[in-house]
Amino acid sequence: MTPQSSIWWMVLIKCAVLLLVVITTFAYAMLAERKVMGWMQLRPGPNRVGPWGLLQPAVDAVKLILKEDLTPKTADPLIYRLAPFISLVTAFAVYAVIPFSEPGPGNVWAVGDVNAGILLILAMTSIGVYGISLGGWASGSKYPLLGSVRSTAQLVSYELAMGMSLVGVLILAGTTSLVGIVNSQAKLWFFIPQIVGFIIYVITAVAETNRAPFDLVEADAELVGGFNTEYSGLRFGLFFIAEYINMLTVSCIATLLFLGGWNAVVGLTIVPGIVWFLLKVAFFMFAYIWLRSSFPRIRYDRLMAFGWKVLLPVATLNLIITAAYVAVRG
Amino acid sequence: MTPYAPVAIFAAVAVAAALAFSLLPGLLAQRKPNPEKEKAYECGVEPTSAIAGRFPVKFYLIAMLFVILDVEAASFYPWAVQMHALRMFGLIEMGAFIVVLGIGYAYVWKKRGFEWR
Repeated sequence: MTPQSSIWWMVLIKCAVLLLVVITTFAYAMLAERKVMGWMQLRPGPNRVGPWGLLQPAVDAVKLILKEDLTPKTADPLIYRLAPFISLVTAFAVYAVIPFSEPGPGNVWAVGDVNAGILLILAMTSIGVYGISLGGWASGSKYPLLGSVRSTAQLVSYELAMGMSLVGVLILAGTTSLVGIVNSQAKLWFFIPQIVGFIIYVITAVAETNRAPFDLVEADAELVGGFNTEYSGLRFGLFFIAEYINMLTVSCIATLLFLGGWNAVVGLTIVPGIVWFLLKVAFFMFAYIWLRSSFPRIRYDRLMAFGWKVLLPVATLNLIITAAYVAVRG
Repeated sequence: MTPYAPVAIFAAVAVAAALAFSLLPGLLAQRKPNPEKEKAYECGVEPTSAIAGRFPVKFYLIAMLFVILDVEAASFYPWAVQMHALRMFGLIEMGAFIVVLGIGYAYVWKKRGFEWR
């Protein structure tokens, strides 16, 4: 730790600023998605509120806050209110350990530069599943319950393959510190030797964040709105914020673990590391939107079979081959 | 401060922010209660069956498989980080572990545990 970052109120300010940045990024990621999807479908997207619709997120927020907050009579009131809270806290908490740029003298581009960063992130995203499963269960309603058990089964199945796909990176890097992992990619980004792990990670990341084509949780033709059917107003908004922040999180992890984090492309070190980091994250976010407007939803039985019978064994095989390579070549 | 102290501070800020968001609707949202609004969603018709509580047993099967395999997956992490030091010993050690795991996996596959029926 640097002396400057060990004063507690400095850390507090840093935390508050980072949280504001994350929330603002969420707001404009949502607007960007609506805009880009609009263009992909040959329509303008939101363009009424402010220039190019730039004030749309603010208006949406005001609308969600003022909307009536309904709780069904059959719901469990405490857990019903707790579920979106859990989702949001776990989505936020991950950003405590994500480094955004190269640690320099006197500053760390992260709230906490810890030695088990990737483990902390995986633990937090796993806890996030509780938000979805409890939310659907506590609604006391048919469709949310079905949506939430489906989604929980999907999340845990793909979480397994995701965990296994990251082991290859850990073998090559030899550390669980995120800064350490990025530094060990200075010469070669891990998506080249770990191309199989990278592809599996990207697929599972889309499934983990419940995004199209794996958005079975909100399969509107069969399950109405999925686990959040009964939620309204800002409580629905909290799930929504958590979903987008999770998208940002998995984009950040993919950037850090596979795309060299803040390492410059082809030696363009004149551009600061933070810019490279943000560009790579933006690339992943764009890919998310692209996927959503390109692919239809996958069928549920195929989704589960794909996770257990394809992704998991392939990820394990990738792990063994990587380990064998390290064992033989060092 | 230890490296984990800022993480705890950030978690506290995150909890405070999420709590504020959770309490906002109680303060600002309009409230016009109505017995029809408080019903659980049912496509506009009267709810016909008991609602929550039961769901198909196959979801429990997935949950059990997850718990078993995820505990195994967690044990890969410390091994993976030490791989550069363990070399051949680590490979053989983990190979044996994966073979044992693979037998269980093959058994579940043969019993059609991965099939969605």
